[in-house]
Amino acid sequence: MPDTQTQTVTLRIPTPLRSYTEEQPAVEVAGTTVAEALEALVDRYPDLRENLYTDDGDLRQFVNIYVDDEDIRYQDGPQTALDEGDEVSIVPSIAGG
Amino acid sequence: MSTPTSAPPTDAVDLSPDELKRYSRHLTLPEFGREGQEKLKATSVLLVGAGGLGSPAATYLAAAGVGTIGLVDFDQVEESNLQRQILYGTSDVGRPKLEVAQERLEDLNPNVDVNVHEMRLTSDNALDVIEEYDIVADGTDNFPTRYLVNDACVMTGTPNVYASIFRFEGQVSVFATEDGPCYRCLYEEPPPPGLVPSCAEGGVLGILPGFIGTLQATEVIKLATGIGEPLIGRLLIGDAAEMNFRTLKVEKNPDCPVCGEDPSVTELIDYEAFCGLPSTDAPSTNGTDTVSEDSIPEISVQDFKQRREDGDAPFLLDVREPYEAEIADIGANQLIPIGELLQRVEDLEADPDDEIVVHCRSGGRSAEAVCKLREKGYDAVNLDGGTLAWSQEIDDSVPTY
Ligand SMILES: [Zn+2]
Repeated sequence: MPDTQTQTVTLRIPTPLRSYTEEQPAVEVAGTTVAEALEALVDRYPDLRENLYTDDGDLRQFVNIYVDDEDIRYQDGPQTALDEGDEVSIVPSIAGG
Repeated sequence: MSTPTSAPPTDAVDLSPDELKRYSRHLTLPEFGREGQEKLKATSVLLVGAGGLGSPAATYLAAAGVGTIGLVDFDQVEESNLQRQILYGTSDVGRPKLEVAQERLEDLNPNVDVNVHEMRLTSDNALDVIEEYDIVADGTDNFPTRYLVNDACVMTGTPNVYASIFRFEGQVSVFATEDGPCYRCLYEEPPPPGLVPSCAEGGVLGILPGFIGTLQATEVIKLATGIGEPLIGRLLIGDAAEMNFRTLKVEKNPDCPVCGEDPSVTELIDYEAFCGLPSTDAPSTNGTDTVSEDSIPEISVQDFKQRREDGDAPFLLDVREPYEAEIADIGANQLIPIGELLQRVEDLEADPDDEIVVHCRSGGRSAEAVCKLREKGYDAVNLDGGTLAWSQEIDDSVPTY
């Protein structure tokens, strides 16, 4: 088992949200669950919070979170466990044509 | 994964000698052959939107020999379309898009029947229009129409090849097949207005719809001919900047309000209201663009100009990106991009008691900024219509973009 204190995962930031992450397409954060990783992200970039969460603290429905290619809604939701090196993708809906 | 059920029957199509010549590279392609070509000819496809995605999709589908291509759009060709909408040329500016599109496609391939539907797709007409077609390709530019098209496709059993784009990124999937998921399985609800910038505000790399639209057309051809593995249950994400393509799984949601086991939406609804927009026949631009919320205090560009002339100009904050200010500048005192506003609120050069007028391109992002600033106790007011209104009503030397 990797050391859970220092375990890092890669968060992939979609284009519409990169203005909140200094235009970085990927951010490395520590976390053992999706919820922890996202919390670390919004701690670093507070303007992201209202884009990802409702006022009640739930993930917004137009934002899907994937661990590798699996939708966390069909895993354990925000409590989905992460392994060292996992790739977590934030995939919001876009509508341009 | 099973083959899609959408491949239409091939009876009553016959290829003429001209067509056999024209499609020879398909006919000699072993997996395609005469059978594939006849299936294409027997297929009717409705392209919703004849813009960035619809242009390349329609072009390749016509060239490939799809029998019937329907187009839904009601815009005219604008100069700012030409950077990516390759159906149109400089001499077409001002003409109805569908008139030009029909000419171009019929010239490209006279064997194709081109149907033009010069209309806004609405809850009243969508089922009738979509029912006429075997496959839909959704390339529209706003959330209400995307949900409308999805629901109408589910209700009529019409596969929907979905594609959308933003800046450097595109998404493609196939929805509403018999056993596959639909758009609402992926995204049950749209984003609240203002949270996601539109293409006009966010910009789009001109070539992006070129390759995302051809991926979309590829999926149409695969569904029509039954060739290959369609993107059912998979969302393809293409990032042109990183040149990175990924496919993510899309599960069919058994609780989906439209295609689930016990659907709660069984007829078309008011999609503007569903997306949090005022229910009007508003202009054609992306619905997230022009919205301002009732509760947000506003000042008109006229009133703002008057106050400037009276020497009583409030502090003007620009919340666009710096490159936008390089395009169109209306003399803001300070620029802080919307995405950095909360982090940098300490940097605001206005005094805490000052009135702050906030502007962006059209008033959407600035409305969001006004909300954030008011929550922090600032006396913030939205400049209604942004630099666009300023250009139209006050100073036409300010470029629109
Ligand atoms: Zn569904």
